[in-house]
Amino acid sequence: MAWQKLQGDLADTGYVASDDLAMALYLAVTLGKPLLLEGPAGVGKTQIAKTLAEFHDTRLIRLQCYEGLDASHAIYEWNYQRQLLSIRAAAEEHRRSDEIEDHIFSEKFLLKRPLLEAIRQERPAVLLIDEIDRADEEFEAYLLEILSDFQITIPEIGTIEAKTRPHVILTANGARDLSDALRRRCLYSYVDYPDRKTELAILARRRPDLEDRLAEQIVGFVQALRKEELEKNPGIAEVLDWAAALAGLGVNDLADNPEQTQATLVCLLKTERDRAAVPKEVQQRLAGKAA
Amino acid sequence: MAVTRFPERAAGPAERLAGFMAHLRMNSIPAGLGEAETAIAALGVVDAGRISEVRSALRTICVGDAEQEQRFDDLFDAYWLNRGRKRDGASVAHPAHNMRAQSGSNYRMAPGTSNAEGEADTPDEDPSNNASRSGTGRLVASRIATIEKTDLRKLMTPEDLETAERVARRIAASIRDRRSRRRRMAVRGDLLDMRRILRRSISRGGEPIDLFFKVRPLRRVRIVALLDVSGSMAVYARVFLAFLKGLVSADQTTDAYLFNTQLVRISDAMRDGDTMRAVNRLSIMAQGFGGGTKIAANLKLFNAQYAAQSVNGRSVVIILSDGYDTDRPEMLAAELARLKRRGARIVWLNPLKGWKDYQPVASGMAAALPYLDLFAAANTLADLAALEPWLETI
Repeated sequence: MAWQKLQGDLADTGYVASDDLAMALYLAVTLGKPLLLEGPAGVGKTQIAKTLAEFHDTRLIRLQCYEGLDASHAIYEWNYQRQLLSIRAAAEEHRRSDEIEDHIFSEKFLLKRPLLEAIRQERPAVLLIDEIDRADEEFEAYLLEILSDFQITIPEIGTIEAKTRPHVILTANGARDLSDALRRRCLYSYVDYPDRKTELAILARRRPDLEDRLAEQIVGFVQALRKEELEKNPGIAEVLDWAAALAGLGVNDLADNPEQTQATLVCLLKTERDRAAVPKEVQQRLAGKAA
Repeated sequence: MAVTRFPERAAGPAERLAGFMAHLRMNSIPAGLGEAETAIAALGVVDAGRISEVRSALRTICVGDAEQEQRFDDLFDAYWLNRGRKRDGASVAHPAHNMRAQSGSNYRMAPGTSNAEGEADTPDEDPSNNASRSGTGRLVASRIATIEKTDLRKLMTPEDLETAERVARRIAASIRDRRSRRRRMAVRGDLLDMRRILRRSISRGGEPIDLFFKVRPLRRVRIVALLDVSGSMAVYARVFLAFLKGLVSADQTTDAYLFNTQLVRISDAMRDGDTMRAVNRLSIMAQGFGGGTKIAANLKLFNAQYAAQSVNGRSVVIILSDGYDTDRPEMLAAELARLKRRGARIVWLNPLKGWKDYQPVASGMAAALPYLDLFAAANTLADLAALEPWLETI
């Protein structure tokens, strides 16, 4: 079936997606619906948009959300400096004011921000709206018009229709609850930390130079580590960093190199408390379990 | 209880899907016409004969969050795999349900009303308070000072309650307005509104003569107050009710709730014009409950039923409770975390905290601490009044 093909294609591009995620992505692309991905930080929500763009060989347009994000940063803004210069120049030529107005409020003077840019692409782009739960609720309202009709209304010009419909991917970390209206316009998938098998596949795909035994140890260690009470669980990016660090140091077996394993844990544990929570003994216990 | 119809009684795939959507709705997953349409389109592009594919496709279309996603598989099995299933006990807030809860409390209130008035008329049981009131030439200021330092347990007179209400109004006014991070145009402000300036400057030959500005407008903060009226809090109930009354009457959007073993919304009863009457009615309502406190269970109910409408990023949730909870502390922590995720700021006012040497050792209180923006004493009116600058900053 087509969605398995997509799953395979993504894997070739370097992203191992679970069946559910692949299905969600396939439907989002086929039905032209936005896809909302939720889950803990570091499980590859952002990466999937990058991979999708790479696989479709198209542009990735990213909008990073933050509190206070508004239309002039997300949709469009007029280029005021150019407008000012242009008015001056036109005034010297004694042109009529409504003529000038038409001139300076044309698309030439429009600074496209990510959302407008995404719908004006010749080829369907991938639009990544990252951490939507950080933006405030008013911003969701802007998004609703764009996500359902793919058009943007600019008072001075009128409604700008989409040239092509972008593939929209939204991510959220659960900083706050999203409005039901937004959720209902999107397909939904919850992305969790990968299971052992998936994580091994990811590691094999991204670090083919790694020995099988070490890869299994790494995955076993990290899977056990996520069961500990940590403030911040290590995500996939951290695991890849750690694998690179171990490979760079020439470590072939976690159990044989306790010093270096402990030293490289900085790749996985990013807070002081987590560092303290995994002393050498714990690390050895986990490594022993993983071996 | 609604039992789902089995799909084979339906005619075509469209009707079966519509039945499935109805089944989801009955189990509080909001799936409507839009989802049904998408689902039909999706079945066209996946292998509709394979159950795992259909399940996966319908799941991504119909669910809206992680909690619904977890329940989806059971609901799917129940409908498509021909195992009828009764709907969940815990469904979403239903108007009929709310009305039942309210009429229930009215019923409880009715026989006690006369009692309440009697109580208000009789002089209260605290002799020291009575003594201080008997003198006529006393300065008002010192009178207020004594009231404000008396432990709230001893405050019962109408004047005391009025003071409590006044304090509450002041607090409500001080935290009501919050500056937005977004900007709006204004005649005066701290940032130039280039868009408007340019537009106007066209008629001046490009000279920006008329200046326009942008400001961060004030946004109303919504206050939601939850008052614990369990046995251990009973001595404070009347004065806190007056405090709640002050909060509620200061702003139309403020919501107030009472809880001990159940949760009742009292905002409307609170908007009664006569303070004494309202407080008396509510005291009786509160006493009607009896029994222990279930803070966590009530918060859970609040999260499920009311929080969606009344709590957002601009809310301040004020919990008035001593933190003695019969529920497990982890549950309280989980519910507070859920409330916190809505973006609200949470203030916990604990009358016990004002006592000498108090430590928040009650396991519920200890579990709640990490989620609180402000944890403060509330056993004298002076304590409550002192909250004002704190509340302004959260």
